[in-house]
Amino acid sequence: MSPTAVHGLWTTAADPLDRIPAPHIEYAQLAPTLIVVGAAVIGVLVEAFVPRRARYLTQVFLAFAALASAFAAVVALAGAGYASGKAQIAAMGAIAVDGPALFLQGTVLLASVVAVFTFAERRLDPAAHGNRVDSFAAQAASVPGSESEQAAVKAGFTTTEVFPLALFAIGGMLIFPAANDLLTLFVALEVLSLPLYLLCALARRQRLMSQEAAVKYFLLGAFSSAFLLFGIALLYGYAGSVSYAAIADVVDGTVARMDPALAATMGNDALLLIGGALVLMGLLFKVGAVPFHMWTPDVYQGAPTPVTGFMAAATKVAAFGALLRLLYVVLPGMRWDWRPVMWGVAILTMLAGAVIAVTQTDVKRLLAYSSIAHAGFILAGVIATSKDGVSSVLFYLGAYSFVTIGAFAVVTLVRDAGGEATHLSKWAGLGRRSPLTAAVFAVFLLAFAGIPLTSGFAGKFAVFKAAAEGGAGALVVVGVISSAIAAFFYIRVIVLMFFSEPKPDGPTVAVPSFLTTTTIAVGVAVTVALGLFPQYFLDLAGSASTFVR
Amino acid sequence: MGFPLLTLTAVVPAAGAVLTAAVPAARRTAAKWLALLVSLATLALAVLVAVRFEPGGARYQLTESHWWIKDFGVRYALGVDGIGVALIVLTALLVPFVIAAGWHDADPLETASKRWRPTQGFFALILAVEAMVIISFEATDVFLFYIFFEAMLIPMYFLIGGFGDRAHSGSDENAAAQRSYAAVKFLLYNLVGGLIMLAAVIGLYVVAGNFSLVEIADARAAGKLDMATNTERLLFLGFFFAFAVKAPLWPLHTWLPNAMGEATAPVAVLITAVVDKVGTFAMLRFCLGLFPEASKWATPVILVLALISIVYGALLAVGQRDIKRLVAYASISHFGFIVLGIFAMTSQGQSGATLYMVNHGLSTAALMLVAGFLISRRGSRLIADYGGVQKVAPVLAGTFLIGGLATLSLPGLAPFVSEFLVLVGTFARYPVVGIVATFGIVLAALYTLVLYQRTMTGPVKEEVSGMPDLRLRELLVVAPLIVLLIGLGVYPKPLTEIVNPAVEHTLSDVKQKDPAPEVEAAK
Repeated sequence: MSPTAVHGLWTTAADPLDRIPAPHIEYAQLAPTLIVVGAAVIGVLVEAFVPRRARYLTQVFLAFAALASAFAAVVALAGAGYASGKAQIAAMGAIAVDGPALFLQGTVLLASVVAVFTFAERRLDPAAHGNRVDSFAAQAASVPGSESEQAAVKAGFTTTEVFPLALFAIGGMLIFPAANDLLTLFVALEVLSLPLYLLCALARRQRLMSQEAAVKYFLLGAFSSAFLLFGIALLYGYAGSVSYAAIADVVDGTVARMDPALAATMGNDALLLIGGALVLMGLLFKVGAVPFHMWTPDVYQGAPTPVTGFMAAATKVAAFGALLRLLYVVLPGMRWDWRPVMWGVAILTMLAGAVIAVTQTDVKRLLAYSSIAHAGFILAGVIATSKDGVSSVLFYLGAYSFVTIGAFAVVTLVRDAGGEATHLSKWAGLGRRSPLTAAVFAVFLLAFAGIPLTSGFAGKFAVFKAAAEGGAGALVVVGVISSAIAAFFYIRVIVLMFFSEPKPDGPTVAVPSFLTTTTIAVGVAVTVALGLFPQYFLDLAGSASTFVR
Repeated sequence: MGFPLLTLTAVVPAAGAVLTAAVPAARRTAAKWLALLVSLATLALAVLVAVRFEPGGARYQLTESHWWIKDFGVRYALGVDGIGVALIVLTALLVPFVIAAGWHDADPLETASKRWRPTQGFFALILAVEAMVIISFEATDVFLFYIFFEAMLIPMYFLIGGFGDRAHSGSDENAAAQRSYAAVKFLLYNLVGGLIMLAAVIGLYVVAGNFSLVEIADARAAGKLDMATNTERLLFLGFFFAFAVKAPLWPLHTWLPNAMGEATAPVAVLITAVVDKVGTFAMLRFCLGLFPEASKWATPVILVLALISIVYGALLAVGQRDIKRLVAYASISHFGFIVLGIFAMTSQGQSGATLYMVNHGLSTAALMLVAGFLISRRGSRLIADYGGVQKVAPVLAGTFLIGGLATLSLPGLAPFVSEFLVLVGTFARYPVVGIVATFGIVLAALYTLVLYQRTMTGPVKEEVSGMPDLRLRELLVVAPLIVLLIGLGVYPKPLTEIVNPAVEHTLSDVKQKDPAPEVEAAK
């Protein structure tokens, strides 16, 4: 053994011949992440140096250009074969460039593009002092309810720091599903979480609620990060390495090489089990699975609605990507240990999400619980531990994120004097007053409910099929039952919109600019297209479903 | 692969639905005519299907097959057997009548906003339902069938909940609440049934590896399909549950009276005469075709449920005070007969059941549409509010009587043939069941004739005295139905010729032969 072997972290490059100690970075393969993070840094500079008047356009253009070119880079990488034959591990073993990573990065980027459109929307709130304002706080630093805040609102201040914040979060989300060692995983988690905590606190209206949501999210998120970190430490003690491949080798028992410094702990199953469980907990928190879901409804309700949509879609995609890689690359050797636990989590998540959603009276909370139920459905696909399982989860995530962003974009449109009218009773008779908006929302609800001919059905069928083939028939039955419960509350909203008489003081539907219109139109188009012709995307997900190790 | 005739019969109404929905708010009448023309074009195509279909030919004809979702093993595979042809023609035949009868049902109120376009929506939804029903009669791929079996709930739901019967008792608000209750009940019952079927559909894929009816049947015949007895039974139950909700069979029937009572009469016809037929049709094609052994295993229980439906439905029909709910319970009784015929597993029983589906569609349409005309005149659904109508509106009363007599299966009218076949077919194998089922006929005579007596005969009630007789539009709706009822009653041969070979195929699926007639051997 060479002396460098003591530090396992530095010696696990993909290619065993490549033992050059200087860091070797494959810039081309990491281009999507680098572009987005680079644009985020430039965005911060824009905040500092570009005159206030020009900032909005600069930031929107910068964000859009960065996301679009990052997506182009993802497509180019996939086209060059990195999703299949040329899949490799880059950046000294830290980042995997393979099918699932590229597919999920592409999904995150596309979802982010449409989400950023809703961030940039400035026509929904009434203009103040001739300034069109967006959904974000006029002056984040001012205390809610204070005079300085009132002055800022009256003056129609707008801020543009949400764009670099979002870009940083997206950068983290791009690394999260591709992280190939536990430290990178942790860093990516923090990079994506910290900007999100801030974004949650930036609502223009109901700022106290928004800040409460952010604090809750931050505290619970910090807890889960701590668990994750502790789990990482234990796993390092178990395997003598934080690299996925090295840990997997120890789990499989293919490596008998004992690290002298860790002779007392290496290969100790107690460390593996506890460490694995703690890391899983950290990821299940981000996914919003029961019993780590408590933050979801409060944060979804309090955060500015465009942020909620972004978070619900993109974070979920990234977190499920990380979960998949952890379970399929690091821990496949102990699937007989984690599968029963994940069974329990999936069943609890599906049932709890669906049952609690029935009693909700706020649209955003309703969608929050529905997102919990959906996390349960996706977990059913994760548990399948097969290639079909991976591809079904990939497909489901793609389908689900566009439905979610579209649905939250519709929520931003329905307004009364106090801003967005999210209480369900106010939605009564919306179908009479604004048939098109209500019909579009109904399409999203039907997709959530998994009615055939929508993307929701194709996704649900894919994960349930994978689960059934993996021998989880009972899980499918529970999934079907909770789908039936969930259908009840989706339909209740449709009843409310179409079959109730509109109230005289009910909300109106604001006329959005092309930005939100585009978001909603893309959402509907993807929902219908994936429902009618899912084959192409299933193929894509299928061809992208092999992890590199 | 020839001309995609089957696809066209579904695409025409689907495209018609989109076009109708797109008609501007002010051109309501144009939307109506467009919908009617589209439904007539669909009828022409359906007749063409029937003409091109060769009764003695292959089991599935006019087939089309393309990969749709290869990952799931799903094909866009269409094909019709005789049963499918009969039901497609029935559907395409009834929809123009439904549209014509509902001509004014969805006119917007004077107070409604200018952008609210209920009329366009109403007719577009009817055409959408038609398209989905037709494609589910044509699908030879289980998944394809399932998609449309479930998807048709959505337009149906909006038809029930969005366009209620304007004749009601009580305030508008109360009526809206009842209507939305009925629509939600309809949707939840059927959705739960459908989701349980989804679990079974996935299970079928895991066992069989594909969804093609033909391939699964071939694999079974070649002994390549390894389906454990218990698996087959569970899958059968999953499928049957969904179809029993749709059909509806006791005790899963309770959504039907609500839905039919609250919907407008034409929509009620659409529910019971068209959409519900998908349930009984699917029992024949999917339950028996895919799970023959389990079907035989479950037969005793299903026969008992069918008997309960027959007697219970008829008894409750006798006790109804609401005309439309009466027809709904009568339908439950009739669906009991259809299920009885299917699971008697004799050729007479099954061809009787298929004829029953067609004839029940015609007779219920006639009775319900005339009832709808009657109700729209008086503004009440309660039987007690009528009396002596035959003196003021003799044509209306006469057509109502013929519809009623068809419902009670009077000899000479079409339903008699089918009911007789079902009973004969059942008696051949299960004499006791056959005898109990006959009570259903006696009760049918009771509820129809009492209904006629209370509403049409007796002294003319004051509110009824100014009632106009059938208008030309209404007469044009009812007359062809009555002609068909009489025609198929006297000469059912064209129908039986198409249906019988298909029934033989289904019976050979379950490996059943008609029991040989028992003859005392001469000593």
